[in-house]
Amino acid sequence: MENKQDIDVINQYTGEKWYYSDIVKEHFFNPRNLLWERPKDESEYDAHGMVGSPACGDMMEMWMKIEVGSGKSGVREERVKELKWKTFGCASAIAATSMFSVMITENGGLPIDEALKVRPQDVMLRLGGLPNRKIHCSVLADKAFQKTANDYFRKTGKFDKIAVEGARVIDARLNITDKDIEEAVLEGAQNLEDVQKKLKVAVGATEEMKTEVEQLIRFYAEKYYG
Amino acid sequence: MKRIYLDHAATTPMDLRVKDAMEPFWAKEFGNAGGLYEEGRVAKNALVKSRETIAKLIGARPDEIIFTSGGTESDNLAVFGVANHLGTKSPNGDLVPKSHIITTKFEHHAVLEPCQQLQKEGFDVTFLDVGEDGIVNPENIKRSLRPETILVSIMYANNEIGTIQPIAEIGKIIKEYRTSHFSLPTARFPYFHTDACQAAGYLDLNVNNLGVDLMTVNGSKIYGPKGVGFLYKRAGVKIKPQIIGGGQEMRTRSGTEPVALVVGLAKALEIAQAERASEINRLTPLRNYFVEQLMKKIPKVVLNGHSVKRLPNNINASILDIEGEALVLYLDAKGISFSTGSACTSESLEPSHVILALGKPYEFAHASMRFTMGRGTTKEDLDYVLGELPNAVLWLRKVSPLNLELGAKSMSHPEAFAGENLRVKAKSKSYK
Repeated sequence: MENKQDIDVINQYTGEKWYYSDIVKEHFFNPRNLLWERPKDESEYDAHGMVGSPACGDMMEMWMKIEVGSGKSGVREERVKELKWKTFGCASAIAATSMFSVMITENGGLPIDEALKVRPQDVMLRLGGLPNRKIHCSVLADKAFQKTANDYFRKTGKFDKIAVEGARVIDARLNITDKDIEEAVLEGAQNLEDVQKKLKVAVGATEEMKTEVEQLIRFYAEKYYG
Repeated sequence: MKRIYLDHAATTPMDLRVKDAMEPFWAKEFGNAGGLYEEGRVAKNALVKSRETIAKLIGARPDEIIFTSGGTESDNLAVFGVANHLGTKSPNGDLVPKSHIITTKFEHHAVLEPCQQLQKEGFDVTFLDVGEDGIVNPENIKRSLRPETILVSIMYANNEIGTIQPIAEIGKIIKEYRTSHFSLPTARFPYFHTDACQAAGYLDLNVNNLGVDLMTVNGSKIYGPKGVGFLYKRAGVKIKPQIIGGGQEMRTRSGTEPVALVVGLAKALEIAQAERASEINRLTPLRNYFVEQLMKKIPKVVLNGHSVKRLPNNINASILDIEGEALVLYLDAKGISFSTGSACTSESLEPSHVILALGKPYEFAHASMRFTMGRGTTKEDLDYVLGELPNAVLWLRKVSPLNLELGAKSMSHPEAFAGENLRVKAKSKSYK
């Protein structure tokens, strides 16, 4: 199927081909829910979040409006009425944010708890797939949303709902955390050797530490590529 | 749609005169240059002539030209060849433990990565800083020279920003250093290598003027064939072959000689050197015009590298607040081809090491755009690009949340790059 698509970018060093689906192109050239002008007053929106990845060079900002109403059984429900964004990044980062905002706000908007369950894979699926190296970009969209949601929970006093991305130290000598390993996997590392090249983690360490790193690599590989 | 190709630093279209010169050597004159019979002699003759042509053009002897598969192989052969021949133990004897290599932080990966690998193998490698203008200070090389230095490898012109390095000046410094150590067993060292792939179309390649012992040139940047290049190796310089088997190329690079490619390479270099003066005269004003208009039509544009001491065909600028890959795709749809130093087009997802080496932050590297002109580029082409570019930039800036400062030296929004309670490292800096 991939072969039928145009080759849009070819890596100058490796010759690796990157394919963008027509949906990705459509959202890149005509992004949905883009925020044109920054709000003059922060209170125009109910929440705001910003996230980025220094390695990939993407940065995303989101603004959210929530509509409080009653759900099916009359229970209080908070739906995402508007999700506006700005993205500094490559074509797939722009397309992924655009698609994410569509998925969250279509059909009257998802309840915020449901919106938080939208996974990067779901965005990629709706985009008709992304090249492996570009998975980074769709992951960022859901991270930006998590931060925006956290901002909302903080402002509305729902502190128990704030999801903290805790970083757990794996290699204390170098202060390398599970998040560092997650980043390395997202950047394409597939095994201990690849991760060590990037992070020097667990070099000359105990077998237990190496096993733990390997388990994390499998976990994140499964999470993003499985 | 008409395509406007502005990526000549990546590769050039083949000159039809080169294609014609190569033509007989595919199907008609197919012989192996190693054969003693008629077909072999024809091939050998073409090979010898090509070698002589190239040698004459660069002021060398024919037996100092080693044909290879291209720039990457020539660079690898020079760096690994010198290092592996001597080993990690310094030629100065047991007193000094490690052989030493000097290069720069913004070399092409074909030099950089072999140097990094040698470092892992126990060699001592100095990766020199380059100035903000993208030019190496020869004084820094002088200061880094040591009795155990075996190799200095500095590119002639940078492949991304086109800045021209003072090779002849560095060559003099190295020669003086050797002379002052004439009584030591290391008096022949260090060898001096330069990667001249980008320079070959525009600069003087005379190895004696430059004072180099090793020089890389390839075909694909000078309107010649891809898959062929040469390494100039001054007589007496000893390197360890990296490809062994048949003993071709004076036992330095084995493999049946690709006669057609070699003939094409010689023809391409001949034309490139003959036409370089007129190309410089034609392209320099075009380059200056493009830079001037770029700055005039688009706010927040920073030229990367020295404005004058650069190749006449190279324009590299960071267009702030937008990301390179997005602009490449946007303009590709308008028929314009150019390249970017953005991480999104690199294997490692790391942005251009060249722009970072100039001391600029990540976002400048992600926003760096390289336009490299060629023999076919006209002022009309540039005007078309200058017509499309501002709109594309305006649009992508509307999409982008960034608003960088022109003179920024560090990351703009570190807080964006960290999660809740998450620490983020960018190069040597750490953000919370």
